[in-house]
Amino acid sequence: MINFQYSRASDVADAVRQISAERAAKFIAGGTNLIDLMKEDVERPSRLIDISRLPLKTIEETEDGGLSIGALMSNSDLAYHPLIAQRYPLLASAILAGASAQLRNMASAGGNLLQRTRCAYFYDLATPCNKREPGSGCSAINGVNRMHAILGTSHACIATHPSDMCVALAALEARVRVTGTAGDRVIEFADFHRLPGKTPQRDTNLRSDEIVTAIELPAQGFAANYTYLKIRDRLSYAFSLVSVAAALELESGTIKEARLALGGVAHRPRRDAAVEAALRGQPAGRIAFAHGADMLLRDARGFAHNGFKIELAHRCIVRALTQAAQSTPQSQSDKRIR
Amino acid sequence: MAPYIGKPTSRVDGHAKVTGGAKYAAEFNVRDLAHASVVTSAIARGRIARIDPSEAMRVEGVIDVLTHRNRPPMAASASAYRDDVGPENGSPFRPLYNDKVAFSRQPIALVVAEQPEIARFAASLVRVDYEENKHVTDLFRRGNKIVVLDDPAAPRGNAGKAYAESNVRVEAQYFVPMEHHNPMELYAATAVWEDGKITVYDKTQGVQNVHRYLCSVFGMKPDDLRVLSPFVGGAFGLGLRPQYEAVLAVLAARALKRSVRLVLTRQQMYGLSYRPATIERLAIGANAAGTINAVTHEAIAITSRYEDFARNDTAWSGLLYKSSSARYSHKLAKLDLPTPSDMRAPGAASGVYALECAMDELAVALNVDPVELRYRVYSDRDQNNDVPFTSKRLRECYRQGAQAFGWDKRNPAPRSMRDGGELVGWGMATGVWEALQMNTAARIVLTANGHAEVACGTSDIGTGTYTIMTQVAADMLGLPLENITVKLGDSVQPQSPVEGGSWTAASVSHAIAAAAAEIKRELLRLAKAAPESPLRGLKVHDVALADGNLADRRDARRFVSIADAMRYGAMERLEKESSADFKDDSAYARNTHSAVLAEVRVDEELGVIRVTRIVSAVAAGRILNTKTARSQI
Repeated sequence: MINFQYSRASDVADAVRQISAERAAKFIAGGTNLIDLMKEDVERPSRLIDISRLPLKTIEETEDGGLSIGALMSNSDLAYHPLIAQRYPLLASAILAGASAQLRNMASAGGNLLQRTRCAYFYDLATPCNKREPGSGCSAINGVNRMHAILGTSHACIATHPSDMCVALAALEARVRVTGTAGDRVIEFADFHRLPGKTPQRDTNLRSDEIVTAIELPAQGFAANYTYLKIRDRLSYAFSLVSVAAALELESGTIKEARLALGGVAHRPRRDAAVEAALRGQPAGRIAFAHGADMLLRDARGFAHNGFKIELAHRCIVRALTQAAQSTPQSQSDKRIR
Repeated sequence: MAPYIGKPTSRVDGHAKVTGGAKYAAEFNVRDLAHASVVTSAIARGRIARIDPSEAMRVEGVIDVLTHRNRPPMAASASAYRDDVGPENGSPFRPLYNDKVAFSRQPIALVVAEQPEIARFAASLVRVDYEENKHVTDLFRRGNKIVVLDDPAAPRGNAGKAYAESNVRVEAQYFVPMEHHNPMELYAATAVWEDGKITVYDKTQGVQNVHRYLCSVFGMKPDDLRVLSPFVGGAFGLGLRPQYEAVLAVLAARALKRSVRLVLTRQQMYGLSYRPATIERLAIGANAAGTINAVTHEAIAITSRYEDFARNDTAWSGLLYKSSSARYSHKLAKLDLPTPSDMRAPGAASGVYALECAMDELAVALNVDPVELRYRVYSDRDQNNDVPFTSKRLRECYRQGAQAFGWDKRNPAPRSMRDGGELVGWGMATGVWEALQMNTAARIVLTANGHAEVACGTSDIGTGTYTIMTQVAADMLGLPLENITVKLGDSVQPQSPVEGGSWTAASVSHAIAAAAAEIKRELLRLAKAAPESPLRGLKVHDVALADGNLADRRDARRFVSIADAMRYGAMERLEKESSADFKDDSAYARNTHSAVLAEVRVDEELGVIRVTRIVSAVAAGRILNTKTARSQI
């Protein structure tokens, strides 16, 4: 048997102490991804450090008018929290587009950031995978790659990040607050996840001795003009083929501020400040939206089975920006696409 | 008098199921139970060059690792592995038999340990080297080995010529992908060892089929083996043939002389079987008035290299609609896969799907409403055999289904119906299946307190067999529902075929009625023996069982209670077993029919498809329980 130790962290400092003392240890909160990976023998932690009882489950107002979300808040509590529902409905919508009610009840906010790809080869020990076993090769590049990335891929890996929540966090310019042996630091969301490059085994820039303690949202929540549009093979409980988090600030029909992030297409949420800059000052309409989509997908490249994602993403971006502009955000319960 | 048959009766096993009282194959616990885990092949074709269990054996808690090299004896002849429902042509799969690998996820070793977690972990340590051969699993690959089967039904007329001479011709090809059953309950078997005798709790749709099969595979005497399956968490046809979990659990129990449980993983269940992928080709020739002159239906389905699995995909096409000529053919592509199996209306689900799509093409070509087209080509006879149906209420299905759906509001012009940004499509199809009855036996044990136990070796795969057996027995014996106990899913019970083919309700009900008639005859004999019996002089057809009494049909005040009748006869219990034997009556065709109408919405730009409404109108003869019948639709 592959045994592992189990211990509880008494506070954040203790969690950091424990994780820095044992290289192969892992934190466990909701366990909705890690337990699966352990069952499939993909992850073999030497120790599970249970952080689920740490007092990181509240939402607090920040000095700059934003919110700080405790890393151990459940996805459900987060999505249904009145401050989130009112001020950051894009985040609430993205969370409710993912997984199932049962999983959302268990999964933590910090864990959502750190979940691993659902690439089938990553899970299948009988096949090579650079993310699971660096240097062994990528089975997806020449394999069944319908679900895989079209942007930011490398010769080593074409996996996607599976989160919906992170796509909204990217669009909202969230920051990730972490604590490590060297103290606290704040990571901009755009710098949190990595592209695969030559080191696809590393999903994020979190250091091995660090713990995520909070996710901070800036003041601007785009509550008036936003949408989260997720397209998948079945209409619920499926990972996205393409998803779009779109948020606009409008002034008499002109785009004053725009945010646009794509999910299901890359190793991290895809966002490009230049696209948003190009949208600013344009009339909120199909021409500007299509131009933004062109820009964001300029470097997209399909593989044998996922070439359709490029055109699909283009259409999704236009539709999502239209939904946002018209204040008709996509419902996550009524599955009709608006 | 039938106070229960036909009524919307809740499941008699519902409470046990929702409270966890219903036990499934992997839930029977016995002392000293060992746990097994399967190692499956990582290649699709080849042979095992070397298999090294030494690392697995070193794990603490591992009892044994069984492979084709060290397993106890099993029957050598392939014919010993035949079962009631497997294909006639070919040689059945023999689990752990030799070094040959015939499909991916084939079981190649069994690790037995003190705990399931240990077994599963140790299974990951069994090292296997393969000699791999090129495999083919793609139906569309050129150069596949193709077998041509006998025509599914006799042709009539000259379909080729009639098609060529038709004014309106539709030719179409459809692909049905492989579909997996993967029912909610994992495949599992618990083999309980008791001094050389084995009781197997198995997930199966046919305990007696599994019993005969295991006796044959292991050369066991029928009395030394018993197979039970009191509850089945879905099966959909995958449990008709014996699956390897039962063989391997028994194999391990015999090797260790100890009770063993084997539970497959969800992933391993993909290696059991599937509905075969098929290519369906149709050619329909019609004249402008909307009568069909020719139907040609060809199917190419996949099967394994070692067995020819085939079902009737094509002959429905000439059965369902009036056509003066028809021709069918069925071919098999032999691939490196496990043998396909029955799955929910096998053959028809694939073939009729294709036929109905082609009929829609024809409706468009003729510019006729799809329902109207089906009225025009309606056939009151089975034309394949030129016989009438026992009943066919398909016209009423069309009429009632269309009315409930609001079909008359349909605009037939393509792309004419929209709702917001979505295109709305309304479509319909005909459904057809066989109405089979199979010889089945049942036993009733009536006790003097007015309780009856009804037993049959059938299964309840979630369709409600427990419930309808209870209803039928209650009506036939004139007892309330709560006085009936149904026992099924046990190989020692009266003989029954596997539960499949939609034949169980129509077969077991007659077996219960036959056994109840025997009970009634015996009760009358006892009642007449009483002094001053109010039933004296009456024949069995003059009396009826109702409300716990045997009464004169013409005068219900003349009765003897069941309790009194048995007291007169000094009987504590009456036991009668009887069977319903169905003659092969080829003078009639027996089919169930349905009309299905559906609304589909499409977001064209994003390719999002939603099925928003379905109406099913089903003519399936006498419905025993409207509640369980509804849950099947």
